[in-house]
Amino acid sequence: MMELGNEENNAPLIDLINIFKIYQMGTTEVRANDGISLTIYDGEFVAIVGKSGSGKSTIMNIIGALDIPTEGKYILKGQDVSKMKSDQLATIRNKTIGFIFQQYNLLPRQNLLENVELPLLYGGYGAKERKQLAMEALARVGIEDKWKNYPNQLSGGQQQRGSIARALVGKPSLILADEPTGALDSKTSREVLEFLKQLNEEGNTIVLITHDPTVAAKANRVVKMHDGKIVFDGTAREYKEQEAAG
Amino acid sequence: MSILQAFKLAGKSIVGSKMRSFLTMLGMIIGVASVITLIGLMEGVTNYVISTFSDMGTNMISVTVTNTDTRKVDVDAVYEFTEENSDIFLGVTPKVSSRYTVKNGTESLTTSVTGVGEDYLELNSLELSAGRFIQYADIKNRYNGAVIGSYIVEELFDGNAALGDTFKINGQVYTIIGIQKEEADSEANSTDDVVYIPYSNATRLAGSNDIGSYSFAAIDSETVEAGEEVLDNYLYGIMKNEDLYTISSMTQLLETVNTMTGMLSAILGGIAGISLLVAGIGIMNIMLVSVVERTKEIGIRKSLGAKKRDIMWQFVIEAAAISTIGGVIGIIIGYIATRTLGSAFGIEAAPTLNSILLAFGVSAGIGIGFGYMPASKAASLNPIDALRTE
Ligand SMILES: Nc1ncnc2c1ncn2[C@@H]1O[C@H](COP(=O)(O)OP(=O)(O)O)[C@@H](O)[C@H]1O
Ligand SMILES: [Mg+2]
Repeated sequence: MMELGNEENNAPLIDLINIFKIYQMGTTEVRANDGISLTIYDGEFVAIVGKSGSGKSTIMNIIGALDIPTEGKYILKGQDVSKMKSDQLATIRNKTIGFIFQQYNLLPRQNLLENVELPLLYGGYGAKERKQLAMEALARVGIEDKWKNYPNQLSGGQQQRGSIARALVGKPSLILADEPTGALDSKTSREVLEFLKQLNEEGNTIVLITHDPTVAAKANRVVKMHDGKIVFDGTAREYKEQEAAG
Repeated sequence: MSILQAFKLAGKSIVGSKMRSFLTMLGMIIGVASVITLIGLMEGVTNYVISTFSDMGTNMISVTVTNTDTRKVDVDAVYEFTEENSDIFLGVTPKVSSRYTVKNGTESLTTSVTGVGEDYLELNSLELSAGRFIQYADIKNRYNGAVIGSYIVEELFDGNAALGDTFKINGQVYTIIGIQKEEADSEANSTDDVVYIPYSNATRLAGSNDIGSYSFAAIDSETVEAGEEVLDNYLYGIMKNEDLYTISSMTQLLETVNTMTGMLSAILGGIAGISLLVAGIGIMNIMLVSVVERTKEIGIRKSLGAKKRDIMWQFVIEAAAISTIGGVIGIIIGYIATRTLGSAFGIEAAPTLNSILLAFGVSAGIGIGFGYMPASKAASLNPIDALRTE
């Protein structure tokens, strides 16, 4: 495993220690995550790649505090998340994590501003502060003029920007994106990716899942999964070389 | 998330699907309106009945006695007894009532002829429009004088009865000595359909010297109970058998009326209450559907940090708001209906404050109660499963 830039002396942001997620399907068990250990530091841009069904979403849900592992330990910002109850997990998601979904997942009955305000609403911010922070986040993704629009009045790219604004608004330590460009055309995909890259350069830690090698190439670090296990962990260049070698 | 936020969300959701919200409310509207209307109308009827009875004198005590050969209640003794208890009784009058045919020339009709004492008029707060009432001397002398009501004037004398005119009661000639003031539009069987004669004459008409009925006037309605007690002691002392006399008063009657109308109110209210329950189940049903439809929304909210209680509040308050808005509309409709129906029936009916508060509380309570189950279902959804649904 390679050394990466800014980890010296720092405690890792994410420390996954021998994580198992096992689903019991009748008599057979599915090991969606089969002993995963992974350490991610502040400021990294990590792409998780692998075939469909290899366990990417499962580990992402655990990293995102949407789920807890069957076995193993998950330390996020020094806190053991792996044994937390649902309301504690909700607080972690609210304060520490920003999600970007493939399907954008904006609420259809709320306008863009209200959608972006949601994490702040559950974070207990007052109305004025919510509006101000949400408008700032929308300005950052360049669609502040669309704040009044409802999701169905926005293009796919604009909706994804909206969901990025929503992920950013609470100033989370970690941005998680599960196939963020999966539903976008190649031009919009590139724009969104550039934006994520820029966010990373500004110091945000980003973990994204992707099928797309060109997307993975944008990341600093690539983690490849297969059958619930990590089978490769290295720089984007190393990954490219290995793939080329077959 | 604050409660205010939850209310805003609920408002948005209700406005967002107006038709569904309205249909959900409809049950509550009908339930609350019917509870309010029925209770209001029953209250109006009760008040009407009570005021009608009150006009008949709430300080009066009626006594009936079944005189036997060996045990009799004597009129003079009753007067004496009343005199002795003047701290309780204003007075007493015998009442010997029977229906007889009365005739004036070719006109004839059957009416209630009541033999009374000289205090009858005053004790019953009646007034005369002409002449005088029966006096002690009339009773002593068994004078054939009669005081007639306005119905008799209309029907037997074509509206022109003068003092001194004569007519026949059961074949005996009587002279009009007084005319009672019109009380009840001169209708048949009303307090205007009466003939008063000296009680001494009435007993003779009835073919017996015994008097079986007395009206005692207590000082006021408060002393009625004490009056009934001394009367009971007195009559038991004479008759030695409780079955041979009865003592009754308007207070008892009023109580009976109150209990009966109260019972009726409870039954009607209960039936209307069932419709509230049905409305609550309707709300629960819609909320359950709504939770299923909004599973994705719940998943998104949870992924962004909504806690169980945030989701809980959102759905409970939405249910409570639908229910309460329905309740308020129901109260308004109930108010209008009570007024309209009340005046159509000719009674003074208004929804009681209690029934309004009750209806409001019940509708909010039903919303919370029946919203709780769907809300806790929503709150306990697993965020990943919820996010995965479409
Ligand atoms: N809730 C679940 N119940 C049963 N099996 C599941 C569940 N979630 C995921 N799996 C299984 O776990 C494996 C990994 O799934 P996932 O993490 O979604 O893969 P990927 O995101 O890489 O496509 C798959 O075989 C999938 O069928
Ligand atoms: Mg996946």
